[in-house]
Amino acid sequence: MKINTMDDLDKILHQYQKSLYYPNFTKVNIGMSTCGIAAGATATYEKAFKEFNGSNGVKICFTGCLGFCEEEPLVDILEEGKPRVIFKNVTEDKISDVVNGYIENDFNKKWILGQLRDPRSILEDHIENPMDGIEPCEGIPYLEDISFYEKQTKIAMRNCGYINPDSIEDYIGKGGYRAFFHALNDLEPTDIINTIKESGLRGRGGGGFSTGIKWESCAKHEGERYIICNADEGDPGAYMDRSILESDPHSILEGMLIAALAIGSSQGFIYVRNEYPIAVRRLITAIKQAEEYKLLGDNIAGSNFSFSIKISTGAGAFVCGESTALMTSLEGKVGRPRAKYIHTVEKGFRQKPSNLNNVETYANVPVIILKGAEWYAGMGTDHSKGTKVFSLVGKIKNTGLVEVPMGITLREIIYNIGGGIPRKKEFKAVQTGGPSGGCIPEQFLDLGVDYNELAKVGSIMGSGGMIVMDQNTCMVDIARYFLDFLKGESCGQCNPCREGIHHMLDILNKICQGEGKEGDIELLEELSTVVQRASLCGLGTTAPNPVLTTIRYFRKEYEAHIKDKKCPAGVCKPLFYYEIDEEACTGCMLCAKKCPQEAITGEKKEPHKLNQEKCIKCSICYDACKFNAVVVC
Amino acid sequence: MNGSHPLNVEQNIVIDYMELDEIIEEEFYNDKENLIMILQAIQRKFNYLPHPTLTYLSEKIQVPLVEIYGMATFYSNFSLEPRGKNIVSICLGTACHVRGGERVREKIEGTLDICDGETSQDMSFSLESVRCIGCCSLGPVIKVNDDIHARISSEDVENILNNYE
Repeated sequence: MKINTMDDLDKILHQYQKSLYYPNFTKVNIGMSTCGIAAGATATYEKAFKEFNGSNGVKICFTGCLGFCEEEPLVDILEEGKPRVIFKNVTEDKISDVVNGYIENDFNKKWILGQLRDPRSILEDHIENPMDGIEPCEGIPYLEDISFYEKQTKIAMRNCGYINPDSIEDYIGKGGYRAFFHALNDLEPTDIINTIKESGLRGRGGGGFSTGIKWESCAKHEGERYIICNADEGDPGAYMDRSILESDPHSILEGMLIAALAIGSSQGFIYVRNEYPIAVRRLITAIKQAEEYKLLGDNIAGSNFSFSIKISTGAGAFVCGESTALMTSLEGKVGRPRAKYIHTVEKGFRQKPSNLNNVETYANVPVIILKGAEWYAGMGTDHSKGTKVFSLVGKIKNTGLVEVPMGITLREIIYNIGGGIPRKKEFKAVQTGGPSGGCIPEQFLDLGVDYNELAKVGSIMGSGGMIVMDQNTCMVDIARYFLDFLKGESCGQCNPCREGIHHMLDILNKICQGEGKEGDIELLEELSTVVQRASLCGLGTTAPNPVLTTIRYFRKEYEAHIKDKKCPAGVCKPLFYYEIDEEACTGCMLCAKKCPQEAITGEKKEPHKLNQEKCIKCSICYDACKFNAVVVC
Repeated sequence: MNGSHPLNVEQNIVIDYMELDEIIEEEFYNDKENLIMILQAIQRKFNYLPHPTLTYLSEKIQVPLVEIYGMATFYSNFSLEPRGKNIVSICLGTACHVRGGERVREKIEGTLDICDGETSQDMSFSLESVRCIGCCSLGPVIKVNDDIHARISSEDVENILNNYE
């Protein structure tokens, strides 16, 4: 089968739009990306498939990730003429009741996340809302109104969770590849580049460089040019790229196709983490399908334009997220970065002009092409346009992926969308930008999130990881954690990074062990300056950020470790002990039952005692106590 | 290299060079640029990178052995030593770390009596810490072979590991 024209494409679109929105059977979409699977979606799917598939007009399908990971496994059920309902925490034991309930219009409201008011994506505002005229379920909130989704605008994640990622037809049914055909038929390369430039799209992988300008500079250089997708999402705590790759791989292929048209390239590469096996598998399927439809390959749609995409897997090196290291790794070599006197847009992969963008960046491209630069630039702030996907994780109630317009405040993200800190604990900091970023304290919660504002407070946007920390997170330990990470990931070729990080980590380890001494903080600051100024690549120059921001905002905590030999958060084991507050203890015996060391003793309804000699500070009692009677001293 | 070399712990390994050829030639076209993926395929087959396969590979694709060892030691996915039947990967990404991933790691180390990067004497388990498997919302997370166990605490460790032999 071959798609040669926009009409060919639209034929498939109309056919599949119907099955996406108006199935004449009960369609059960089970979210099967890594988060869903980790929460038990495979068992749910297998049970559902065995029990329902084919029978009674039920069809069991799978989709990617709806973003609300906390409530996984999520199951979306629809049928023509009926409300479309998303069920939460649908483990294997619940799936039969959930599906039968939907068929019989007898919903267990406790299991429902919400019903959809409008399932159309950002690209489908010209079609009729499939929910129009359908009587909604009473007493069930609209998904769009629940706090997690209310402030979200989905552009990069427009199809995530709504289509089968292994079906190119589903992608086309949601308006996929129309942007590519529009670009191929109606736009000159310079038009495409100008649109992307004017849209204000900036690299979503961390650097934040203007995508349009990057494309323009790459297109200027002569010779064979390469289009590369950086899917080596290494920042711990960020997983939006994985989710997009697993839920909507064709959006990346389409973004790369458009980049190839604009820049003039016939070969693309996707460098993807080997730690994401599902993403790799779905990408391979997507490329195969696009080739079958002749959307990839020679003379695409009968034109002179040829483009193919090859997948390469990484092998667990964080530094390969850096552009020059990634390209070296792509050549089958050890992925060490090089100095960028000559940019990769001039001499990159195989010493040829190469354009590298991140997954999320490419996912935005088709939408910008169809809806225009002005529309995209209408969202966001002066310097940061459009939306950004953040992974909201750590000590937060609603964990998951959220796509919000730039400029939204940290407070809105953490408290409105994220639902605040669980277990009535106090907010302490939010870490953005991964190991290159910093920890932002409470005083800046009203900061509008964009590239520039985050930089002002010492952090960076990075790839969008947002790790929320509460009173039980030790900020010295966090700084130590990131340096430990970076020490292992430093490629070792430049001294400031290799030795600097090593020495800074030594100092932090000592502080966490209770061996810190006066002057350590100043020494850390001095070393930070050297590492920042003298390192070869971005890994080194940004490595001190977590240390510097924690010193800047949580100096007292460092001093408590060094001077008082105390870890107020109760993390650094040599610097604290647990005690039972006799007044708060109700004698419920839960801690005593759970203690693996049998260190806690006491009679029922009598205050318990903790034997310090036996205690290994595993925190099980501290986490288990419902009355805050176990305290950190 | 003589038999006492630490890299030659794999004395009894049987290597089917026809199969190796299938990987190197047919799957990856003897292409040096595919070196990472070739090494991954070899590791999938043998569970680690046996020394003889690397010398063979070196000649086959004309890349010096030193470079191949450079790759195998630079990238953390590769192991030059035989690994256990079950690979336990503990995620120590930031989200898992703030939610107590270190305590889970300590518990696994205690239960299996091995440290990070080691293999148990009976070759049944290897423990590897990984930096983020992208399951941050459900941390702390461990992965045993291909199974992801989410939201675990140190209390759950023994029960989970008992399911694997």
